Formats: sequence, structure tokens, C-alpha cells
Amino acid sequence: MYKHLETAKNPENLKRVIVDPVSRVEGHGKVTLLLDTDNKIQQARLHIVEFRGFERFIQGRPYWELPVLVQRLCGICPVSHHLAAAKAIDQLVGVDPENLPVSADKLRRLLHFGQVLQSHALHFFHLSSPDLLFGFESDISQRSIMAVLAAYPDLAVQGVKLRKYGQEVIRMVSGKRIHGTGAIAGGMNKSLSKAERDYLLEDIDQIITWAAASVALIKKVHESNLPYFDDFATIATNYLGLTAKDGALELYHGGLRAKNAQGETLIDHVDYCHYNDYIHEEVRSWTYMKFPYLLSLGQEDGWYRVGPLARVNNCDFINTPQAEAARIVFKAHSSGAMVHSTLAFHWARLIELLHCAEAIKELLYDSDIMGSDLVAQGEKRYEGVGVIEAPRGTLFHHYQVDENDIVTKANLIVSTTSNNRAMNESVRQVAAEYLSGRELTEPLLNNLEVAIRAYDPCLSCATHAMGKMPLQLELMDASGQLIDKLVKHSNGQIERLA
Amino acid sequence: MIKPILIFGYGNLSRGDDALGPLLLEHIESHFDLSNIELLNDFQLQIEHALDLEQRSLVLFVDASVANIDSLNFSQLTAARDKSYTTHAMSPAAVIAVYVSIKKQTPPPCFLLSIKAESMELGEGLSSTAEYNLQQASLFVDRLLQQPNLTHWLQQTTQS
Repeated sequence: MYKHLETAKNPENLKRVIVDPVSRVEGHGKVTLLLDTDNKIQQARLHIVEFRGFERFIQGRPYWELPVLVQRLCGICPVSHHLAAAKAIDQLVGVDPENLPVSADKLRRLLHFGQVLQSHALHFFHLSSPDLLFGFESDISQRSIMAVLAAYPDLAVQGVKLRKYGQEVIRMVSGKRIHGTGAIAGGMNKSLSKAERDYLLEDIDQIITWAAASVALIKKVHESNLPYFDDFATIATNYLGLTAKDGALELYHGGLRAKNAQGETLIDHVDYCHYNDYIHEEVRSWTYMKFPYLLSLGQEDGWYRVGPLARVNNCDFINTPQAEAARIVFKAHSSGAMVHSTLAFHWARLIELLHCAEAIKELLYDSDIMGSDLVAQGEKRYEGVGVIEAPRGTLFHHYQVDENDIVTKANLIVSTTSNNRAMNESVRQVAAEYLSGRELTEPLLNNLEVAIRAYDPCLSCATHAMGKMPLQLELMDASGQLIDKLVKHSNGQIERLA
Repeated sequence: MIKPILIFGYGNLSRGDDALGPLLLEHIESHFDLSNIELLNDFQLQIEHALDLEQRSLVLFVDASVANIDSLNFSQLTAARDKSYTTHAMSPAAVIAVYVSIKKQTPPPCFLLSIKAESMELGEGLSSTAEYNLQQASLFVDRLLQQPNLTHWLQQTTQS
């Protein structure tokens, strides 16, 4: 590991390089590198710039507002927050997951599969395919969806239409593209009509075909340069996520499972309502983002990764045929051992994309999604925990309410927070292996961003800072004097300003 | 049936002045006959929104902008490959460029009404400046929709 690069011994004597902001991730982050006089990396950190204040936003609101309110936390995965909050407030009205009406459970799953499908499609086709298809150190003008559209027009159109299909699933189930109120305390507020079901069925076979083709493509890309893909930003870690009772990949509801780097099970089938007994969060002075860890392993060794790679590594099988076949091929790549390649996140993400497409088809042929028994009721409780596998990983929502149903306490652990330490480790690995001792150039620094983007991080939510996200690289000496500055302009041109 | 006019307001209702786009849609919804107008809103623009431009005769994007100098800017858009390709959110010009790439046809006339914003923090309401600018935007869009045709909209542009 590269923990020694978290804090340099004599930072006052080092040059400072800042990659600010990291582009093509959700939100705003920056990477700082401290270099010695030989351009050797002595310190590397990923900083989260924006403090989100989620909990403060939620406290003081009546619980029934939460499924709609929390969607505004994130412009990319509002449905994940919607469903995690709904699962938590189910408990506030006394409804445990096993007591949710069957139709409501399946409609929520359909909604979730639509969300994961569109999110994974966006990440691969829009944000990552330029790097994967043109190379990590390719000319910057190549690293865009427009270049993909030009060079691989069919693929790019498939990406757009996969994303659109996922959005249509969301719209049909929740009534709206965004701000929908599909899930409510104890169930769902509407089922699917036959016309809505038939509309979604029209394209599902095409969607599955495209999803399967994307898995074949990422496998081919990965195998085209095996040593690089296997080694780049690769770190051996623990993994955490939900799995079903039978060990199947599970995105909507299950127990917590964690495995270590050797694939040994650390915890299994843990009721997530007791997550506090297994997971703690550490605060560090140099970043707003917390560092969660498995309590049993401690702060130093207990950090873990979540998301597609964790889920595909942790599960015993996938319960849809094409995705399961793809998982077997994926695991064969590491002879059945845990896959630690950070770039394998992309491969695992597309296996999940395929799983979502297949699962959507199964649900569309299930008459329960058109059922009328949609809401269960129980006795009021004062605390609820909802956990879901969001596209980027395990998402925790935990609320306490008072006798007036007002939220008095909220705690959210978002997926990117869980991957915080891992992203930092990957940045240090890339810094040490690819940058140290070399002249700093934009393509080289893109390697850092590639490592971060593999996690599909969501660093801040629901803002669209149009025109505010150029890439700037600043090199400073120990006194803070700017000695070099690279700016990436909108047309891809790189200009050295100092 | 696809309505000929699309008005797409984007932004987050819970992020202060970022709500300006969706709030203007609420004004339109309550003041106009929507038989020929489709209102869309989302947090931000993305690649699939290119498909929403299909078969339209006029498209209006509405956004909050801290970069605005004036209360309102109204301009015609052209497809452009801009910096937004390297971020998670796209500009309207970039969405139009995606449309051109995937449809291989001329896009409908598209305009951007950007409304000056000051602050977009989570949990904030509208700033007093944004409230005033929203009133101005409401009056402006009233004029646009009284004559929803290309010639009239081009005459209303505040910048080329």
C-alpha cells in the first residue's frame, strides 16, 4: 500500500501540484501532490471541496417529506436516495421489509433497476469510454463523448438510448422523471398500468442486447492490455455490500456482507439496522469527507471498497442468466480470487448493467407490478434505517423522529464516502507508479483522474456549475509561489500560463 | 403526440437560486395554455436530453447563472463542443451537438434564457436578487409565448 504518501515528513520543503477540479466526476474534488526537487512524489491526497450538510438539510422536516426531499441531494442518483429514505421511513410507520406488500416491493425494485441501469450507462458511455477507447494518455481532445460519437457512432447512440430507457423506467414507475413520489412510507403510491408495462416491454430486448454487447466490449478492452488494466491503481482491499440471503447479488435489499482481500468472509447476513455496531466513521483534518471503516479491523486496516466491484466480488452468484455467465468469466480472469484491479470497476459495472436489463424484463412480465395492494401499515417507531446498493455502492440513511414526526437526527453514509480511503490509496498508487520522477504533463495527470473516475464518485450533488470546471494544474514551491500553471480550455487546448 | 414547443428549465429547487429554472416553469404552467407547450425539468442536462429535442419547432432552455452580468440573457444557441463534455453536466449547446451527432439532422431552433443567480447552497431559498430576476424572467417569457415563432424570438435576443 501507499499509506506513507498520505502525509509527507517535511511538506514545507516540497513543491505543490494541484489538480483542481477533477473532471468527469460528479461534483468537485481536487488532487494535491507534493513533490521534492527531483519530482518524486512525497505526498498525495484527494480533497473533497464541498461540504454538503446533508444532515442539517434533513433535520427539522417531517419524515413523510423525506422520500421527495432527499432526491434533491443528488442530481445523478436521486432515486437511490429516494428509496433508501423510503426504506427507513417504512420502519417509522412500523413496516419491516418482509411486510412490504409484494407489489410495492417489486415496483421499488423495478424503479431501482431503472436507476442503476441509467447511471451505469451514463458512467461508461459518457464519462469513461473516452479514456477506455482512446487511451488514458490520449490527446485531450479525444477524451469526450463527442469523440466517441465520431469514432464509434453506434456505440455512442446505444449509450444515449440505454440511459434514456432507464429514465423511462423511472418515469413510468414514479410518475415523473425527477421529483417522483413513487415510494411512500409503507409502500408505493401507484402501480404500473398495462399500457405503461407494454411501453417498457417494447424496447427491453434491444436494451438487453446492447447491455450484453457493452460487457463484451469492456472485456475486450480489458484483455487488450492485461498488465496495464490489472495493475493500474490496483489495491488489495476489503469489500462491503448487501447480498441476498442465498448469496445472490442484491441491489435493493439484503444483509451486509464484508470480505477481506483474500476473499474470507468478515461479516455476513448482518441486519443493516445495526450497522453502527460494525462500521464507524473517522474524521481527518485535511478533508470534509469522513473515512468509514469496519470496527472489527480498526481504523488502519478496516477501510473497504463499495460499488460494482465490491458487489460482484462479494456475491456468490447473479440470479439472471446472462449476467451470471458474465460474472463467471469475470471471476475466471482472477482464477476465482477477489478481483482488485481498480479498472475492473468498469467491467463489474457493465455486468450489473446487464443484470439490471435482464431483471427489468423479468419484472415487466410479473403481474405483481400491476397489483393494487401497495401500502402496509404498522405501529409508529422513532428510529428507522434504510440501506440500498446505489449505483456507486452501499448507501445508508438513518433517521430518528420525535413524537411530532419531526426528524431530530439524520445520518447518511453515501457510497463515495465509503470509497474515500480507497480513492486516496489509488491516487497514491498512480502517483507513485506513474508520475513520480517524470515531468508533469496533462496526460499524466489524467491518469490520476482516471483512477478516481473508476469509482464513479459523486463528490457533490445536484449543482450544475456550468463553465466553472476547467482543469487547472498549479505547481508551487514551498513558499506558496506559483512557478507553473497549466490550464485546459474548453476546446481542449492546453495553455501554460506561468 | 409531441408538442411543438419545448421549455426545459433545469436546476435544483433546494439549492437556492439554482431553483430559478424550475420556478419559471411553475409560472408558465399557471399562466399559459399548455396544449402546444411541453414543460420539462431536471436537475441538470445530460446526453439523453438530446432526444427530447426531436420534432420540436422551438426549444427554450432556462437556467440560473452566476456568470450573468445582467438580470436576463436571451440568446439563440448553436451546437457546440464545449467544456461541458468534461463534466457530469452538459451545456445546452453540448446537448444540441449530441442531437446533431446522433440524429444526423439540423436541430430545431434552440434558445437559452439565463437568469442571474447569486448563491446555490443546499437548503437555501431564493436570494432577493433572484426573486427580482424571476419576476423579470416571468415578464420576458410572457412576451415570448405571446408570439411563439422564430422571428419574434430572434427579435427578443439580448446577445448574439
